Amino acid sequence: MEFFRQLWEVGTYLPMLLRASTVNLELLGALLVIGFLMGTLVALLQVYGGRLLGTVAYVYEWVFRSVPALVLLFLFYFGPSEFGWYISPFLAASLALGLRSSAYQSQIFRGAIQAIPTGQMLAARALGMSRVRAILHVILPQAFRLAIPGWSNEFSSVVKDTTLAYVVSLNEIMRYAKIIMDRRYELAMASFIMVALVFLFFTYSGNWLLGQMERRFRIPGLQMPGASSTVL
Amino acid sequence: MNALLVVEDVHKRYGKEEVLKGVSFQLEKGETKVIIGPSGTGKSTLLRCINRLTEPDRGRVWLDGVEVTSPKTNINSIRAQIGFVFQDFNLFTHLTALENVRLGPMRVLGMKKTDATELAREELARVGLADKANAYPAELSGGQQQRVSIARALAMNPKLILFDEPTSALDPELIGEVLEVMIQLAKEGMTMVVVTHEMGFARSVADEIIFMEKGVIVEQGPPAQLFSSPKHPRTAEFLRKITELYGGEG
Repeated sequence: MEFFRQLWEVGTYLPMLLRASTVNLELLGALLVIGFLMGTLVALLQVYGGRLLGTVAYVYEWVFRSVPALVLLFLFYFGPSEFGWYISPFLAASLALGLRSSAYQSQIFRGAIQAIPTGQMLAARALGMSRVRAILHVILPQAFRLAIPGWSNEFSSVVKDTTLAYVVSLNEIMRYAKIIMDRRYELAMASFIMVALVFLFFTYSGNWLLGQMERRFRIPGLQMPGASSTVL
Repeated sequence: MNALLVVEDVHKRYGKEEVLKGVSFQLEKGETKVIIGPSGTGKSTLLRCINRLTEPDRGRVWLDGVEVTSPKTNINSIRAQIGFVFQDFNLFTHLTALENVRLGPMRVLGMKKTDATELAREELARVGLADKANAYPAELSGGQQQRVSIARALAMNPKLILFDEPTSALDPELIGEVLEVMIQLAKEGMTMVVVTHEMGFARSVADEIIFMEKGVIVEQGPPAQLFSSPKHPRTAEFLRKITELYGGEG
């Protein structure tokens, strides 16, 4: 019963935690945009970039997939001050987590691009489209659709990564939960359960939205090879 | 140079294998040439060398007096003038039939969307698919897909259309509807080069037949002459085999 009393007490902190969670959502938005744009670019360079640019893209991907997220956060937060530049916690976290996600997203997009039959590019070029136009009007619209399931997976993963940003003193939900713990150690368990509930909700609604998107953009005959449209 | 298309001494090699060993032919405006020959003799490669979807190693190609093979030529503007119909259609999977047909006029010729849409409807009607405008490729039969891809080529108002075995991927009962469209085009005076195994089509539509084998043109001539009295024994041999395989009129 003691535990439920604590949960009730943390409940009084709930408005504060929820307000802090909007910072997580803002960070999520920023990192997804950065990750999507850079991820697309890196995937395109890996597939179409030729030797030099392709290699650069692979090294980029390797670096951002290999270095732990926490280390990236510290590097982006403390790194610039070495050169006398101030960087806000939000920008540092957006860049660190966004570029990290771009490495993972590039994998998803590259797979999707390579799953498109070569005849699609060939037909576009035969019409007189430049390579760039063909990519823009034929390859990417198909690749993004194919990428939605893999991208949903990445989404679920980076939603949770936003809590790591407390280490660069971003005022997001985890930082507040930790403040509660530091003041009232007996409330630690209850406050982290609150955080967990918030993320259960975020992940659930995010995946619901992505599911809607997948249905909305579904086109007959366009699917990853081997995928079956019928449920067995 | 009078001919619409001039192909001169085109060579292409893949690794050790020389697929094209110096092929030359010409095509007048409004003419239909049919290229026949055994599989793997470079017929498709030859077609792709004409609009440089495959880069020829040697030789030259002219379209309407412009050298296609010159490095100074803008190949995209050349390709916009040459329709290409693929064996496996290659319709854009994410676009409806109508969107497939209007994409080129919009994105290559810079046509306005309303004009391109109207044009696309006309071209779809021309291949008998006005009622399928909003269907996606996966919702169409092979024959319908190939007709959409012909409409896609026509919408560019090309000087010439290249057909790369347009009926080879089709079920036999669907071949006729595609051939009908092509016969109609030939009658309307469209300039065409057709690689095919459909001997009935070749006999009735071609102004000239080109028989290719092992990367060279063995013999060429009007269908009546080539089918009834081939000069080269290899041509006779091929015609005999293909007749056994596909039946008399194909």
